[in-house]
Amino acid sequence: MADLRINFAGIRSPNPFWLASAPPTNSGAQIHKAFEYGWGGAVWKTIGAPVLNVSNRYGAWHYGGQKMLAINNVELISDRPLEVNLREIRDVKRHWPDRAVIVSAMVESTPEAWRDIVLKIEDTGADGIELNYGCPHGMSERGMGSAVGQVPEYCEQITRWVMDVAKIPVIVKLTPNITNIVYPARAAVNAGANALSLINTINSIVAVDLDTLEITPNIGGKGGHGGYAGPAVKPIALNMLSALGTDEVVRRSGLPISGMGGISTWKDAAEFLLLGASSLQVCTAVMHYGYRIIEDLCDGLSNWMDSKGFKSVDEVVGKSLHRISDFKDFDLAFRAVARIDPDKCIKCNLCYVACNDTAHQCIDLVDANGNLVQPYSYDVRSNGKLEAVGSRPQPVVREEDCVGCRLCHNVCPVEGCIEMVEVPSGRASVTWDQLTKARPEVGSDWEAMERYRKEVGIDIH
Amino acid sequence: MNDRQIIRPEEVLAEYYPPLTDHEAVVEANRCLYCYDAPCTHACPTHIDIPKFIKKIATENVVGSARTILEANLMGATCARVCPVQELCEGACVLNAEEKPIMIGRLQRYATDYVYSRGIDVFKAGPPTGKKVAVIGAGPAGLTCAGELAKLGHSVTVFEKRELPGGLSTYGIIVLREPVEVALAEVEMVKRLGVEVKTGMELGANLSFEQIRREYDAVFLSVGLGAVPALGIPGEEHIVDGLSYIEASKMNPQGLEVGRNVAVIGAGNTAIDCATVAKRLGAERVTMVYRRTDAEMTAYPHEYEFAKKEGIEFRFLTQPVRVIVEGGKVTGLECVRMELGAPDASGRPAPRPVPGSEFVLPADQVVKAIGQEKPALAQMLGLQTEKGYIKVNDDFETSLSGVYAGGDCVRAKGSASTVMAVEDGKLAAFAIHRKLVPLRAAADD
Ligand SMILES: Cc1cc2nc3c(=O)[nH]c(=O)nc-3n(C[C@H](O)[C@H](O)[C@H](O)COP(=O)(O)OP(=O)(O)OC[C@H]3O[C@@H](n4cnc5c(N)ncnc54)[C@H](O)[C@@H]3O)c2cc1C
Ligand SMILES: Cc1cc2nc3c(=O)[nH]c(=O)nc-3n(C[C@H](O)[C@H](O)[C@H](O)COP(=O)(O)O)c2cc1C
Ligand code: SF4
Ligand code: SF4
Ligand code: SF4
Repeated sequence: MADLRINFAGIRSPNPFWLASAPPTNSGAQIHKAFEYGWGGAVWKTIGAPVLNVSNRYGAWHYGGQKMLAINNVELISDRPLEVNLREIRDVKRHWPDRAVIVSAMVESTPEAWRDIVLKIEDTGADGIELNYGCPHGMSERGMGSAVGQVPEYCEQITRWVMDVAKIPVIVKLTPNITNIVYPARAAVNAGANALSLINTINSIVAVDLDTLEITPNIGGKGGHGGYAGPAVKPIALNMLSALGTDEVVRRSGLPISGMGGISTWKDAAEFLLLGASSLQVCTAVMHYGYRIIEDLCDGLSNWMDSKGFKSVDEVVGKSLHRISDFKDFDLAFRAVARIDPDKCIKCNLCYVACNDTAHQCIDLVDANGNLVQPYSYDVRSNGKLEAVGSRPQPVVREEDCVGCRLCHNVCPVEGCIEMVEVPSGRASVTWDQLTKARPEVGSDWEAMERYRKEVGIDIH
Repeated sequence: MNDRQIIRPEEVLAEYYPPLTDHEAVVEANRCLYCYDAPCTHACPTHIDIPKFIKKIATENVVGSARTILEANLMGATCARVCPVQELCEGACVLNAEEKPIMIGRLQRYATDYVYSRGIDVFKAGPPTGKKVAVIGAGPAGLTCAGELAKLGHSVTVFEKRELPGGLSTYGIIVLREPVEVALAEVEMVKRLGVEVKTGMELGANLSFEQIRREYDAVFLSVGLGAVPALGIPGEEHIVDGLSYIEASKMNPQGLEVGRNVAVIGAGNTAIDCATVAKRLGAERVTMVYRRTDAEMTAYPHEYEFAKKEGIEFRFLTQPVRVIVEGGKVTGLECVRMELGAPDASGRPAPRPVPGSEFVLPADQVVKAIGQEKPALAQMLGLQTEKGYIKVNDDFETSLSGVYAGGDCVRAKGSASTVMAVEDGKLAAFAIHRKLVPLRAAADD
């Protein structure tokens, strides 16, 4: 059994899964229950400035009959009285010494306000503080949340105020609503933060009601941008995570990163670990299914680690990071082509239409006698399942024309039916960087490019 | 029969499948892969663009979905219910290989019911061509042909001998599969396209062919098939005709006399329908008597399975030879056992009686459902025939120029079904259109 314990900037927990600061961590009673289910830690719903919430504050994006691929919210930070939160935090920590109890905070941007909240949090016995620089709505209009996270100088300034007083580990939580996530991260590093976390929610408008023409969700006739989270944001979160992991400044600082944004299953979790997260936070998946999902998050992760021979979480963290590369360093001689397994193929022709309409027109329909056939070429008088199934042609890739774009592989509904097979390109390995250093004209002149292609045998029609 | 009094026909014979809810329909629609050049569409005799109509359900464009269906198949609401989908679209669905096929029939019903229940017409009559077409017989073939011609701008009159239009959809398909109202709603839709439907008009009786040919630019014969043929056994006059039996179960179920112990002769889909009606209306025992085996029966496998689930019994390799009548009442059906011999003209092993194997099957009601007679009209109008059916060319034109035919009455090949009749009606309408207004037809192509 793999060891799931982590030590994140000095904060220990029995497994890497923490509830993200959000509705699932709104109160002591909830977190007690979550810990009973086995969550390794919880980041308390952000406390700080006084707020008032509105109704209809969660929207959701549903797709293809799947509910809540993403949630969108205009919820503010905790609307419970500060003192109540602090009392419950103390109580939870006393009951659960082995779990990570981290308190998220957001106050007015003054040194006094931050000093005051830090001291109050430390007084509860909490294990750490997370600075919420991410809330993209409401709080940002009041100069907090993403209004801070979007300006590296503010990030750095406030983090310094906090670091001046804090004795427990401080995590800076970044907003994804920024052009380059690296800048606020470096600001936090410069200010001496102990750790980073990302991503908070993404600005979004989730829908317009086609009956009433109102914004969804409808808040008394109005609506506005809210924060987007859940399965749909995972790729964005993974990209930002790897951007930090591959940044020189952040990497050298050695600050651990708590990853979140779309983690729903142990598989998502493993991917976050592989790209450098060393603790994991979950919100939307818990809002969808409840605390019970922790069981498979741990069980699945542990089984996978066993099967891969990883003994501890540390061994997994960052394992795939070195593969993150810029386009200019990809091997241009790498060649893969699509290959369809006719035994698995159910002949839906989705690959055919995708390749022919939008890729490289290199999938053919071939009948039982090996003849090419056009779609819809059956006689109108032909019908019945025997004729329809019996005469149905097989899609076949013309490998010599396939550019290996992988679209067909992506659309095929059958697992393992279209494989991208690596084939020799017959060309020497070269990256764009190397190529344009050796022959700069190739990057600026189409004729030079054509000459190069002819030389190495690249033919694109 | 005391227990019969508590049986309510409107309950026991009510449509078997409930409608899909909005949610069920969207979930099922989303399961469809949206295949390209989909095999389900190929398998459908009318080639409804099935992925297209299903995706429209998924996007909640249900009117567009219904239009997609009805464009290819004007009797889409009937077909959604009566088609042997296991042999057609659903049987060809690529998901048979994976899990279970999409419920295409029930989704089709969802979309077509949507427009009918809201009174939405998805088509209107075309700009008038000034041409007149007579359609004889208001079954699925005739109504489709009439509707398609009206959409193309022709002035169409349908002559129907029965009191109600709809053909076998109205009189012959058990309510369990299709309520009468569905068939009649389709008739109304066709009428709203400007088609005139005249009932109580029988060609060859109160309607003369000469007059029709004089007054109309083209004629489409869609008269279906005839009555159940005679078995030619003693006591035949005591046998109930299967088609009338079903008709009564639809039109006047209270008045339908159902035995306690019913023997049904035949093993096609109609025979199973008769047996189902008898069983559901309170018969204690229903036995189907067939001279071949289950391997040769013409009922679809899914119908056979359904019948067994209904508790219907089967006597294979059994040939009725005489109805036993005592004191004016049927008491049994004398039968002889059969054995299979060499293949006959139909390619199936020919059954032959086992000498001395006669026995009596107790029964107080005997129903026969052994097919329908070939259309008598062919002879009467002097049309060329093929195996007794009206002979037509690829354009559905008979041996008389300008006289077209389609539906069951031309079904010399393939199995007679509603959807095939619809396809005939549609293709015949296009052929008639090409013939009557060739320039316009070419321009529209
Ligand atoms: C009991 C039963 C159950 C069936 N179940 C199914 C099923 O589940 N699924 C399926 O796909 N198919 C089923 N069928 C077959 C299907 O009903 C027929 O294939 C279809 O109705 C044929 O349509 P049609 O228009 O050719 O003929 P019909 O529906 O028979 O219509 C012919 C019409 O012409 C009229 N007519 C006849 N002669 C004249 C005349 N001289 N003048 C004026 N009018 C005339 C008749 O009254 C009738 O209304 C069933 C058939 C039967 C008998
Ligand atoms: C309804 C809701 C409320 C949230 N409130 C807070 C908050 O108060 N403080 C905070 O730092 N993040 C808040 N978040 C962001 C989450 O902590 C988390 O960063 C984000 O949801 C991404 O994770 P997920 O995809 O697992 O949901 C909130 C998210 C949601 C959906
Ligand atoms: S990889 Fe791209 S180009 Fe090759 S067959 Fe698939 S879709 Fe076509
Ligand atoms: S997408 Fe996959 S299953 Fe469908 S036809 Fe192509 S290879 Fe076959
Ligand atoms: S074959 Fe099945 S999955 Fe494919 S389009 Fe038809 S119904 Fe949908």
